[in-house]
Amino acid sequence: MKLTRILACLSLAALPAALLAQAAPQPEASASPAAGGEEVLTGTVSGEGEWQNQSIAIPAFATNADVPTQTSAGTTAALGFSLASVIYSDLRNNGLFKPTGPASLPRPALGQVQAPDYAPWQSRGTDMLLQGYVRGEADGNVTVGCYLYDVGLGQPLAKAGWTVPPGEWRRAAHKCADMAYSRLSGENPFFDSRIAYVAETGPKNRRMKRLAVMDSDGANHRYLTTGQTTALTPRYSPDYKKILYLSYYNGSPRIYVYDLERDRQDLLLQSKNPLFAPRWSPDGKWVLYSMAIAGNTDVYKMPAAGGNAVKLTDSPGIDIGGSFSPDGSRIVFESDRSGSQQVYVMNADGSGQKRISFFGGRSATPEWSPRGDQIAFTHIAGNFRIAIMDPGGGGLRYLTDSWQDEAPTWAPNGRVIQFFRTARGSGKTGVWQVDLTGKNERKLDTPVDGSDPAWGPLRP
Amino acid sequence: MNTRSTLALALVAGSLALSACSKKAPASLPPDPGGAVSTDTSGQNQGPVPGSQADFAAQMMGQDTILFDTDRYNIDSADQQALAAQSVWLAKYPAKRITIEGHCDERGTREYNLALGERRANAAKNYLVSLGIDAGRITTVSHGKERPLALGSDEDSWAKNRRAVTVTID
Repeated sequence: MKLTRILACLSLAALPAALLAQAAPQPEASASPAAGGEEVLTGTVSGEGEWQNQSIAIPAFATNADVPTQTSAGTTAALGFSLASVIYSDLRNNGLFKPTGPASLPRPALGQVQAPDYAPWQSRGTDMLLQGYVRGEADGNVTVGCYLYDVGLGQPLAKAGWTVPPGEWRRAAHKCADMAYSRLSGENPFFDSRIAYVAETGPKNRRMKRLAVMDSDGANHRYLTTGQTTALTPRYSPDYKKILYLSYYNGSPRIYVYDLERDRQDLLLQSKNPLFAPRWSPDGKWVLYSMAIAGNTDVYKMPAAGGNAVKLTDSPGIDIGGSFSPDGSRIVFESDRSGSQQVYVMNADGSGQKRISFFGGRSATPEWSPRGDQIAFTHIAGNFRIAIMDPGGGGLRYLTDSWQDEAPTWAPNGRVIQFFRTARGSGKTGVWQVDLTGKNERKLDTPVDGSDPAWGPLRP
Repeated sequence: MNTRSTLALALVAGSLALSACSKKAPASLPPDPGGAVSTDTSGQNQGPVPGSQADFAAQMMGQDTILFDTDRYNIDSADQQALAAQSVWLAKYPAKRITIEGHCDERGTREYNLALGERRANAAKNYLVSLGIDAGRITTVSHGKERPLALGSDEDSWAKNRRAVTVTID
């Protein structure tokens, strides 16, 4: 409690967020000296700072007039309740803070949204109050105001407002959750983002694999392909307008671009050779892909708008995948040139190729964190586990421990990872999520089985 | 597999012979759906059409598929025998084209397995070419770990799934 106030004082003095994160103590690092070296939190991971333990009340949003809206939530009053519910779920499902939702809290009057009566919240033992209002506009849009207060100090911490089309009301809730999360943790936001993945149905030897997309909380789910041909390994473009993915063309693997604005699919490039593992560069101007010629797979780079490809690798083994560093200057990829799958880093022009994984077993599917400080990958030594390391190959840390977890993808802020887990025997798959402490692990609620999640950036 | 189907054919032939003996009395019996087969079996050649995929599969007696060790794609002596048998059949029907499907077990990552399956299919292709089969007759495709044959999560199943299957194009 005392620390909360100190933090709040610091933040009110407008210190940079990074400083705040450093000011928070890291009890995990010192509290578990008995753990193996690889399990110790590194300095770049703030872990569960004191901010995680703050209680935060999220009552239903107030409204000036309870009128019908064109949103799926109903009237403005119902929408106010739903907005708070979405925010509450965002925080609770991700193990962030100790949230209390609108179902067990009184709704504030409109006048209290910007001038809260702190006393009742203080007597409830609430640390933080996140509340707001909703107003229906004449043109059908809805305006949402979002306010964060430090109850102990009796002071406002942050506020923001958005006017959104009725079909995008959930985005306002995610932005409000992002505002509170960023303000209290010092981390960058990530809730207002979307996920592409492969929806799976059917028996193990005849799985139907369809391209699907959803919000970061699983809402607004939509299938993009019919499943007549297998779809695999999607990647959202940085502007959310397109999705690169693998599908079969005349029975052979090729790379497609799904245009989300026009709802159509096109081949990325014509080739008589199998193509795999498409990736965007962070600025969306380049596409990495892997192509097999006479059984030998190498990594190539081409302009996203079309044009000549450049061959980046030239080993006789399998070089595949690839993920750009956030500044676009380097690429992490996997290669079995040493005799088994290992992780390598090269410059974006293919020069300076260097192996960075020396952990025993195999290391696969590397993905560079959007923050640049970590690389997530699949470590295979008996079981398949999601792990992270720094770009130099040091600081190995396991985040999961199950029979088969693979293909990590980063949240936009580089603090949370999704991956897919395959069940032994049945082969059933599910999209799972874990944060960098490795402690908040959960399965995402998808309509059917899911694999190959690809987390997009924060929505523009 | 093959002996069982031969047995089944023999049984069918036997029952047909029996029914032929007792055929005289009822003239209004509905046509036997198996009757068409019996008229076909004029001579000894009652198997699939020569040169068809069914013929290839029957002739190969399992040697249409070769198996690989974990993470490997080399052609061992058993594979060589199987591919030699395939090449004899292919030499007999020089107009036939084939697709070699490369597969992996489930204990690999998805994208790597796609590339590995392609590499396995190519290893089989290269060996057939070394035996004199025209490379232009052979296409390859990888299904990675997406199309397992054996459904268990155990060594036996994985061994069966690390395979390259030759399929002729009818």
